[in-house]
Amino acid sequence: MTTLTDPPAESFKLSMLIYDTRYRSITFQTIALIAFLLLIGWLINNTAQNLVDLGKEPSFGFMNEPAGYDINQRLIEYNSQSSHLRAAFVGLLNTLLVAVLGCITATVVGVIVGVLRLSGNWLVARLMTVYVEMFRNVPVLMWIVLAMAILIEGLPSPRDFRGEDAVASMSVFDSVAVTNRGVYVPEPLFARGLGDVSVGGLFEISLDLIAILVVLGGGLFVSNLIKKRADVTQNATGVRPRTWHLRTGVIVVPLLILLVILGFHLGYPELSGFNFSGGIHLRNSLIALWLALSLYTAAFIAEIVRAGIMAISKGQTEAAAALGIRPRRIMSLVILPQALRVIIPPLISQYLNLTKNSSLAIAVGYMDITGTLMGITLNQTGRELETVLLGMLIYLSISLIISSAMNWYNSRVKLVER
Amino acid sequence: MKKTAIFGALTVAGLMAGAAGAATLDDVKARGKLNCGVSTGLAGFSNPDANGNWEGFDVAVCRAVAGAVLGDANAVEFVPTTGKTRFTALASGEIDMLARNTTWTLSRDADLKFTFVGVNYYDGQGFMAPKELGVSSAKELDGATVCIQTGTTTELNLADYFRKNNMSYEPVPIETNAEAQQQYLAGACDVYTTDASGLASTRATFEDPSAHVILPEIISKEPLGPLVRHGDDEWGDIVRWSLNALIAAEEFGITSANVADMAAAAGDSPEINRMLGTEGNLGEMLGLDANWAVNAISAGGNYGEVFEKNIGESTPIGLARGLNAQWTEGGLLYSPPFR
Ligand SMILES: N[C@@H](CCC(=O)N[C@@H](CS)C(=O)NCC(=O)O)C(=O)O
Repeated sequence: MTTLTDPPAESFKLSMLIYDTRYRSITFQTIALIAFLLLIGWLINNTAQNLVDLGKEPSFGFMNEPAGYDINQRLIEYNSQSSHLRAAFVGLLNTLLVAVLGCITATVVGVIVGVLRLSGNWLVARLMTVYVEMFRNVPVLMWIVLAMAILIEGLPSPRDFRGEDAVASMSVFDSVAVTNRGVYVPEPLFARGLGDVSVGGLFEISLDLIAILVVLGGGLFVSNLIKKRADVTQNATGVRPRTWHLRTGVIVVPLLILLVILGFHLGYPELSGFNFSGGIHLRNSLIALWLALSLYTAAFIAEIVRAGIMAISKGQTEAAAALGIRPRRIMSLVILPQALRVIIPPLISQYLNLTKNSSLAIAVGYMDITGTLMGITLNQTGRELETVLLGMLIYLSISLIISSAMNWYNSRVKLVER
Repeated sequence: MKKTAIFGALTVAGLMAGAAGAATLDDVKARGKLNCGVSTGLAGFSNPDANGNWEGFDVAVCRAVAGAVLGDANAVEFVPTTGKTRFTALASGEIDMLARNTTWTLSRDADLKFTFVGVNYYDGQGFMAPKELGVSSAKELDGATVCIQTGTTTELNLADYFRKNNMSYEPVPIETNAEAQQQYLAGACDVYTTDASGLASTRATFEDPSAHVILPEIISKEPLGPLVRHGDDEWGDIVRWSLNALIAAEEFGITSANVADMAAAAGDSPEINRMLGTEGNLGEMLGLDANWAVNAISAGGNYGEVFEKNIGESTPIGLARGLNAQWTEGGLLYSPPFR
């Protein structure tokens, strides 16, 4: 913008702050901001003063005291002598575990349901509608509690597996025990394992796992190279060499060799004493929470996926069909990649919702960060303010990390405008 | 618009700051109701009956205090709290006092900043297991799955006990007694552990109580008593002496049946006279009416009556007096003098 005439020279008067429209909005915004900051400052000051009056000066020293309580599901070494900080860490890992498992399952179920809801098959489409409406219209807490009640009341307890005339027996060739305390599945064991490394003295990571991941990563990398070579050949000659056997080979063979070297075998759960021992114990608190959160969130994701697909104009499908692409491939090669652009932003909020909803874990006694730090630790130490602030900070960080990761992915699949 | 909102918020906050400063006794009197924290439901201790009236051993303490302060044992707003929420409720002022099977410990006194005004039940932590499990001692519980209420001393004692005895266990943390009961009965845990009184009360509500045994080991001391916030000693005194009045009344043979007669005119025991307000001015010292103790005792009777009615041997819970007998009977109940 350019002005043709110079504005008349005018000296600044204080009253202009209110009467001059150029300054007025700034004036009011400044006043509001100052008042707002004063209010916040007063609130903080008041809280701190009240805590001091109560004799509870805010401090985080208690985090280093021994926690004194046990936690059943711990992904890192922990016992009742460990500190509250470590207990919080155990809880955090449990939160992340159920969030990751939940997000993956919710996405898979959600995409399938969303696509099937658009299916030409009347029955399938209706069934999916029923699923979506049922799950998203009932509070997730109910689903969590219901899932837990079904697991506890519906499944046999370990003592039913005992004795000559046991009423329950293990499934899948006697390798999996499904009980009302959870599911026990075989665990991978290594006869000639490499042991663990300690990471900064904080927790241990299995070297076997690292070795497997490295070999797997290497295999994938080589397989990718082969694919690139095939692409080059195809571009040059128009014929795509058959590479699938090579590509599977470079992934599977080194992995098998490594597993044999490490002496891989399975440890089966077996009944001993009060419970099953051996194997991996998926507690029913985890299963109930995981199932309920995934199925609930999947209903929302299904709707997002359906909306995403319907946002792609029908012309795309018809054009692809005209090119002779088969219906299944039209969906996976033409429609879904475009639909992703519409799907991802709302999908991010579903992931965030799922993660935050996982704080309902205490309803089934799952020891997440809410159950440890903001539950037992809060209660045993009486540090409401500190633990809740810390907990909020942790949820905030998790959410920010999830959304920045998803935003990064979104910017990659986004339509590149030229 | 923005400014009005801010001024509104300031006024509200200002009012709140004002209210928090006032003494609890004045608050209760102004409100005309005592806010008393109890458990979410533990038969015999605090449980709403079919008509929604709260009754029980802990409830009786609330009613006695309401009687002493307001002259009306029914002027109580019962606030159900879980093991986890009870302390926040008390610290934040949502309740005036807490009477919920709460163990008196040093850290709750000094770190959580509460004042325990006495002990209304001397207890200890025990274990309950189904008979068919065939366990006869807690020492045999290695590897067991144990249901516990979170946010309790139970949780800490359990960790200590298993560590000390070099045994492992799988804790199943649960919020309320009702949920624990459900999980225990479904076999999702092998044993349930909590205060022995709580076990007896929980077992009494089972369809077949005889199918469950309470193991002989008592692994901790759990003196359960009512508590108030730090910082208002006058209020602490009122709750303390309301409880003492119930205990002393049993010692002196004052019951809900004869308290009105005994308070009608001074008798020949000076201490009873002082307690019932026919002599001296103890009530005034507490900031209450002269007949405060009469009202506290009429609320539900003396300590012995409250015990027998709610958890005593004639009830399904069937607890013996044991440690909770008067000192004159070889128990630990001993009220300081009314003087
Ligand atoms: N005395 C222990 C435990 C108190 C406790 O939670 N007791 C249980 C069982 S005796 C209870 O009152 N439950 C009732 C409810 O769930 O509300 C403490 O103070 O930490």
